[in-house]
Amino acid sequence: MSDGTSLLDLAGLQSLLECLRSRGYTVIGPTMRDGAVVAAEITRLEDLPRGWGDTQRPGSYRLRPREDAALFGFAAPVHSPKATLFPADTTLWRRTRTEDGFDVELGDGDQDAPPRYALFGVRSCDLRAIELQDRVLDGRAVVDPDYHRRRRDLFVVAATCSDPSGSCFCTSLGTGPRPTRGFDLALTEILGGEHRFLVEVGSPAGSELLAGVPARPASPADLSAADRVARTAAEHILRRLDVDGLREVLQSAAGSPVWDEVATQCLACMNCTAVCPTCFCTSVADSTDLTGGTTTRHRVWDSCFSTEYSAVHGRSVRAGVAARYRQWVTHRFAAWVDQFQSVGCVGCGRCITWCPAGIDLTRRLADVRAERETATARARALAPTGDPHDRH
Amino acid sequence: MTATDAFGPAPATVEAGWLLPRPFRVVTRRQDTADTVTLGLRALDGAPLRFAPGAFTMVEMFGVGEVPISISGDPASPELLEHTIRDVGAVTHALVGSEPGTVVGVRGPYGRGWQVRDATGQDLLVVAGGIGLAPLRPALLDVLAHRGDYGRVILLYGARRAEDILFADELARWAARRDIEVQISVDYRTPGWQGRVGLVTALVAQAGFDAERTLTLVCGPEIMMRLVAAALLERGVPAPRVRLSLERNMHCGVGLCGHCQVRELFVCVDGPVLSYDRVDALLSVPEL
Repeated sequence: MSDGTSLLDLAGLQSLLECLRSRGYTVIGPTMRDGAVVAAEITRLEDLPRGWGDTQRPGSYRLRPREDAALFGFAAPVHSPKATLFPADTTLWRRTRTEDGFDVELGDGDQDAPPRYALFGVRSCDLRAIELQDRVLDGRAVVDPDYHRRRRDLFVVAATCSDPSGSCFCTSLGTGPRPTRGFDLALTEILGGEHRFLVEVGSPAGSELLAGVPARPASPADLSAADRVARTAAEHILRRLDVDGLREVLQSAAGSPVWDEVATQCLACMNCTAVCPTCFCTSVADSTDLTGGTTTRHRVWDSCFSTEYSAVHGRSVRAGVAARYRQWVTHRFAAWVDQFQSVGCVGCGRCITWCPAGIDLTRRLADVRAERETATARARALAPTGDPHDRH
Repeated sequence: MTATDAFGPAPATVEAGWLLPRPFRVVTRRQDTADTVTLGLRALDGAPLRFAPGAFTMVEMFGVGEVPISISGDPASPELLEHTIRDVGAVTHALVGSEPGTVVGVRGPYGRGWQVRDATGQDLLVVAGGIGLAPLRPALLDVLAHRGDYGRVILLYGARRAEDILFADELARWAARRDIEVQISVDYRTPGWQGRVGLVTALVAQAGFDAERTLTLVCGPEIMMRLVAAALLERGVPAPRVRLSLERNMHCGVGLCGHCQVRELFVCVDGPVLSYDRVDALLSVPEL
């Protein structure tokens, strides 16, 4: 049992991975596929993108070889934990016709063997995303049973972000780059000298697992090296989002011309909502076999960017793209606060990177704020006779 | 033990309750108007579906799909689930065409209802437009069943034409009672109609009621509800005492799927019945 910080070398980290697997965890970690870092099952350290980093900016993602052998030298992977805990397509229930009606069973009929996932190398922004998904899907009157099942036995190995991308803005939201909570174990990769990993324990389960791994106590030099990794990463995050008063700004900005401007670029392709680690909207799709005897109801990701999303009697409430972009942004940064006591953004930057039109969320929010300030100033100038203390 | 220790096993009731349809059989079918039918449904397992007036269920026609429909039946008789359905889309078309004996799936009930008992000791004004009378019927039946608890009860109903008047027989019975005042207006005169012609908002302006002691319930097309709400406010009814039932794209019924959101509101759980002070600013923005 170890309570403080420990140090693992590469062999120790491999042992940690094996230890998780031997305990029945399906380990999901970063790996390379189709020219990007994705989340998939990993079985050994060689599955990690060793020596690869990424370059991300609005509308662009490229892998790039690094000059070192870093295992975690990349920024936000394509997939967030959402892909594992709240998959894009899952079976809600299956129904079989009977003589007199039907029988219905929850899930895909495999309720006895819930998955035991260990997420490996989770970034701090994504830890916050899990925390927010917990509020949405597992913290209200009605719980999403599938999420609950996947989340219940989750083991989280977090990793400090060492090389953030041009899309990242976690520092504006206080969600990174170093994990502070929501993990069982947190790693900070230290390069230069021995390739090693500082390990922080975040839970008794983490402590217990670590006890089975050849770790050694961390030295003060290791601790300050890890601090330096996090500090350097934070310094490299230049993108900013001012969330102060943003809810009120957006509530007053329904008529802002910025939405129309964005709509000239936005393709309503739904990439942003798919890669977003906290977007939770879903739809259902039923499939029936040829005899009509069995119906399976799938829950699939949906997006507020589709016209069907808000359809009532075949007509969309939000027919225009401007209204749909406004909905997405206003939900995330205003309505979320009312609904879940937090903005729904973690600053991972995925929506910026993966937008094919390169729409820059942080810039657009700054545009809305600036436009509102101008409009308010103009309104004040036009009505100068009012009480100067009355800001309305 | 893991970092996720707060997560006990999901209560079985939660898992089974909200998303699983129960089989119901169509036992009665009444053609109300040319495009509207009221189905009476009974659960195959006989368990009554208890509901609060204003609540809705998700009704599913196998192989076609699922739609949110307000309950129009009597809350005192939950063993018969009544839905009044207008033929407007693929699913409602299939439902409207279903004969007694058909088995459909039902989830629910969902949503916050009218909470009409808040008007205990006071007057009640109900304003309905078109099929908007259907979700109000359970509230009216509940009030009439406890008639002594209320002061005046007024129903103002607007329909497009005389042929579109819903529950016409029942309205006639109510109109004959002394303890409920019923006023009906149609938008367009058709042969045989002797009554009022005009918008339901005009009835509001003419209705004599004490704005200070009246709870008002409004249901109909969104634009009609907004106009009625404005007329009620004009008459001095405070906005929190004006309740509307919003219609949005309810899918899951429990606030998880996101479709029915109006800014911060999940209409399926925060509503569908909402007071006007909460929705006034939201409804006046196009495409919100």
